[in-house]
Amino acid sequence: MSVRITTAVALRVLSQLRRDPRTIALIVGVPCVLMVLLQQLFGRHSAVFQHVGTPLLGLFPFITMFLVTSITMLRERTSGTLERLMTMPLHKIDILAGYAVAFGLVAVVQATVVSLLALGLLGLDVAGPNWLVVVLAVANAVLGSTLGLFVSAFAETEFQAVQFMPALVFPQILLCGLFVARDQMAAWLRAISYALPLTYAYDALARTAANEIDDAWFAVDCLVVIASIALAIALGAATLRRRTA
Amino acid sequence: MRAAIKVVDLRVVRGDAIVLPGLSCEVEAGSVTGLLGPSGSGKSTFMRAIVGVQKVVSGSVEVLGRPAGSADLRSRIGYMTQAPSVYGDLSVGENLVFFARVLDEPGAAVDRVLAEVSMEEFRGQLVRRLSGGERARVSLAAALLAEPDLLVLDEPTVGLDPVLRRDLWDLFHALAERGTTLLVSSHVMDEADRCQALLILREGALLAHATPTDLRRRTGRDGLDDVFLSLIEEDA
Repeated sequence: MSVRITTAVALRVLSQLRRDPRTIALIVGVPCVLMVLLQQLFGRHSAVFQHVGTPLLGLFPFITMFLVTSITMLRERTSGTLERLMTMPLHKIDILAGYAVAFGLVAVVQATVVSLLALGLLGLDVAGPNWLVVVLAVANAVLGSTLGLFVSAFAETEFQAVQFMPALVFPQILLCGLFVARDQMAAWLRAISYALPLTYAYDALARTAANEIDDAWFAVDCLVVIASIALAIALGAATLRRRTA
Repeated sequence: MRAAIKVVDLRVVRGDAIVLPGLSCEVEAGSVTGLLGPSGSGKSTFMRAIVGVQKVVSGSVEVLGRPAGSADLRSRIGYMTQAPSVYGDLSVGENLVFFARVLDEPGAAVDRVLAEVSMEEFRGQLVRRLSGGERARVSLAAALLAEPDLLVLDEPTVGLDPVLRRDLWDLFHALAERGTTLLVSSHVMDEADRCQALLILREGALLAHATPTDLRRRTGRDGLDDVFLSLIEEDA
């Protein structure tokens, strides 16, 4: 792995984004609007807003970065630039890490802005440390990014890539424990829930909101999220082939 | 002759189609070799096999004394794909600076290649706003960055006016004089005249490997278009 090439890839992805201010505005603006809507809909002190608010701070980056990365990577595959990079002296991991770093940085901006709004103006209550919410949100973004990189290999068009979002992300959101607590799920649903990475990402955020970060499960959550990122990068690397048919 | 590329019995199958049934040939080091043939004759597939991005069924491809696709060849080969493989949402300069960083080339390399393809005044322009020919030149410039020993160029002059085409062929010869080996595909026959050797492909088979002069003698035709047609009719 090369720091020089990883940095070059990350800078390139960021300059591509910089050329597209509308996408940046959407990445940062849409979660803010949704957060305001949620608070207005249920009310500042409602249990729903307080229960759902913190996990959502982490889920937004997961969803946006999944989408943005899978489309950007798909473009790289179809435009021939990936083939050109594959003829150059670099390691596949350099490309994947470059993407993860770039979208991780975008997630820092997104998560910070949305968290400031939610925790400040909207009155969302987080019993645990506030900075931890931002850190977890960034980890979620990197997880979304790496999963997006992986699935981009299975999409031939941008339409297909967009459809992978509901296919792979919605079931994870439904089963992560946000809508129904895991101990109230049917056994088979709970089994699936425990096999999905977003479950652990959600649990870590919920525990931060409730200030249960001393709990051993919080450490397990964090480890599983990190392991999932590593696994998604390894799977993504397996889909980057130097030789194609 | 010292061969920069040695291909023996190369067989490539894509889906149900046998693209290269068993191709053998050599490309002389330090020469400009033209790869000619109708569309679908296997030119691009052949080039992809040389740069090591094509899955092959059997046969051997040796490039600069190493098996094609070897890691240590990656810094010695410049490859330009047929569709310009550059980022449309970046400027010309940003594209080249990115590839230069990946290749560990200094910033001066970017200035050099921009001059070589006569694109200095386009440096700040977004690639997606350029014409097809301009985009192709950016893609070519990226292939020139590392001053590679072997340049594999897939139709580098498509969409260019005659003046630019002449300038690029002058550049190819200047590079060959410095010892670079160039394999250039084209389907424009007047460009064939500027190659020291020609590989003529048809349906994945090598119809001829000769100099333009030899081919004229063999077919008794003068224009290379006619030479090409009579080679194909001779084969059919």
